[in-house]
Amino acid sequence: MPDSHLLRLARQSEQLDISIINGRIIDPANQIDSHTDIHIQNGKILALGQAPDGFKAQKVIDVTDRVVCPGLVDMRVRLREPGFETKGTIASETRAAAAGGVTSLCCPPDTNPIIDNAAMVKLIRLKAATEGVAKVYTLSALTQQLKGEKLSEMRELKDAGCVGTTNALNPVKSTLIMRRALEYAASHNITVFIQPFEPWLSDGCAHEGVVSTRLGLAGIPESAETIAIARDLQLIELIGGRTHFCQLSSAGSIQLIRQAQKAGLPVTADVTSHHLHLTEMDIGFFDSNCHVLPPLRTQRDMEALRHGVQSDILSCIVSDHQPHDSDAKLAPFAETEPGISGIETLLPLALKLVDRQNMSLMEVISRLTIQPARILNIAEGTLSTGQDADICIFDPEAYWRVEKEKFLSKGKNTPFHGWELKGQVEYTIKTGEIVFSRK
Amino acid sequence: MITKNIQLDEQGRLKHFLSIEGFKRQHLISILDAAEPFANVQEQAVKKVPLLRGKTIVNLFFEASTRTRTTFELAAKRLSADVLNININTSATKKGESLLDMLHNLESMHCDMFVVRHNQSGAAHFIAQHVSPHISVINAGDGCHSHPSQAMLDMFTIRRHKKEFANLKVVIVGDILHSRVARSEMHALTTLGVSEIRVVGPKTLIPTGIDTFGVHVYHNLQEALVDADVVIMLRLQKERMQGALLPSEGEYYQHYGLTEKKLAYAKPDAIVMHPGPINRGVEIASSIADGPQSVILEQVTNGIAIRMAVMSQALGPRGSDSSRIGGNA
Repeated sequence: MPDSHLLRLARQSEQLDISIINGRIIDPANQIDSHTDIHIQNGKILALGQAPDGFKAQKVIDVTDRVVCPGLVDMRVRLREPGFETKGTIASETRAAAAGGVTSLCCPPDTNPIIDNAAMVKLIRLKAATEGVAKVYTLSALTQQLKGEKLSEMRELKDAGCVGTTNALNPVKSTLIMRRALEYAASHNITVFIQPFEPWLSDGCAHEGVVSTRLGLAGIPESAETIAIARDLQLIELIGGRTHFCQLSSAGSIQLIRQAQKAGLPVTADVTSHHLHLTEMDIGFFDSNCHVLPPLRTQRDMEALRHGVQSDILSCIVSDHQPHDSDAKLAPFAETEPGISGIETLLPLALKLVDRQNMSLMEVISRLTIQPARILNIAEGTLSTGQDADICIFDPEAYWRVEKEKFLSKGKNTPFHGWELKGQVEYTIKTGEIVFSRK
Repeated sequence: MITKNIQLDEQGRLKHFLSIEGFKRQHLISILDAAEPFANVQEQAVKKVPLLRGKTIVNLFFEASTRTRTTFELAAKRLSADVLNININTSATKKGESLLDMLHNLESMHCDMFVVRHNQSGAAHFIAQHVSPHISVINAGDGCHSHPSQAMLDMFTIRRHKKEFANLKVVIVGDILHSRVARSEMHALTTLGVSEIRVVGPKTLIPTGIDTFGVHVYHNLQEALVDADVVIMLRLQKERMQGALLPSEGEYYQHYGLTEKKLAYAKPDAIVMHPGPINRGVEIASSIADGPQSVILEQVTNGIAIRMAVMSQALGPRGSDSSRIGGNA
């Protein structure tokens, strides 16, 4: 389906010409951090500073003491549609994204049916255009049906709009098939996103350590991640090709990525906002909201991950949003489904690094905007003039209590319920349309 | 994060008995003390006491068990409670009815206590968190996590033979990795102040970070047995031979099976325990299982007394001394 056709079907957008005044504009892509105004016309960024002659705003938003930054780019979001609509839909989860300040998101191919053919890409894009309020990008399945056996038609999927390819949470067991998949993707300049799980060591539900031993839960050792990364790094050294490692959880993994980057391999990596603030201890007495993959690990790992973000080895922070229906978490720990509904807490959890790691707002915001956009190779995450007016406005000093019942996401599965967080989204604007406003 | 100890109610009385973790020394001692009179009841001609008359106790077993279920049943009956035994094939529940739906159905039948065994770690905690407030949950074994009444009956047995816990050397032998009994025993022994606990097994059967339980790890049984006062053998599940945890039963017996020759390294008055069922010739020689140092059958008898103590503390008349565990804890 051509894009023009998509546009015609698109939900009637309520685009406005807007002036956002008196805010602190932070745009890491352009290294801007200044108190000034920004003007939006026809869904695009028109100008920063003085309004150009003749511009008349239909709406003026005064955002004194607020930060105005590019709409967030969340690299890993499960919308659950198609296939798992009891957990979430494109409509519900893109609204949750808007509430979290996210204007662009990327969903992995593990929907049902799986995104391993062009029709699925078109279906999701159409649904997102007609029912969603965020820009939805997709990754294609690396192998057919994510089985790790045959390559997907990843070039056709790229042409249909996929911005990369991945086998999601299903590790490719065969090193030979992984090698070929990396080679084929590199031939077509497709970035491969790898979730590093060594399949033989990953059959557990918690970090293998003190807590898993205490609770009698099957453990996943740190080496389940480092072995997988080490294998794939060796292949990348052989092949080249852009590769991104998803949601690292351990100190050892950061070491490996750091060495690879030093050696000049085209490798990047990310971390989830929950791995930056939770450890295995948070499982307490079997809190299924802390059942995530990769598992929450030790204090030492958590601190290494924070340092990894600071030193830019981990260049983006993702929510790894995985909304669940309540039944999915109502069972003995190992039988519950892993994942956190995280998109509405992404920004404040990331902002904690400002105080914790002494990072600047600019640095933290870059991990949530331009850096993921660059890895996905999409024209998002900046406030450059002429760009789509995708903007997040937040109060960096506002404290608020996380109440899961108030999530717009269908998934109320958060371990942060009751946490007092600092930094609250007030407006989210997508191509000139106010898609979220707290007031 | 769930950190609240739900095992005690607001008055410090026993509500649920899910794991040894979370109880203080005085709690455990009070359970042991409460079991003493019940141990004597059992030797009388009329074994029943009317403490739980009118209460309904459901044995909810999602995993096969003979000894544990029977002793819970006997304990309940000797307390004059009504007992319902439900054996559920876990695969059957997976097909349709959820665990919670089943529980809510049972609640509607006005039961007072669930005695739960389940193959998943945390199942008893999960059930305790979701049942109506008037119901008590007793964990009769959850996955690899906990089997607190087994640990307590073992402590009871040890106390009857050894009086003081403080100076004992206790050795736990075998499949620590998969053993809920071992986990509960380690917690109970450390809480009761046992000075030295040794766990023994090949690395494949010793979980990561076990030293944080306050135990010493051995891979050689003879070395571990030196001067031991109590030797606790664990059952080796046959399925451990698959999945490359062990090469063969024969080799296991050779190195980790308790034989008279190896037992000679322990103190002459050392007692030998086993939670059952025994694999003779795999983890223990018959001559020891049936020998003078074995207290294995005594453990079974004591199991009834301990379970009577736990049930009466959780369900017994409020305000009576037996319901308050450990005084003003």
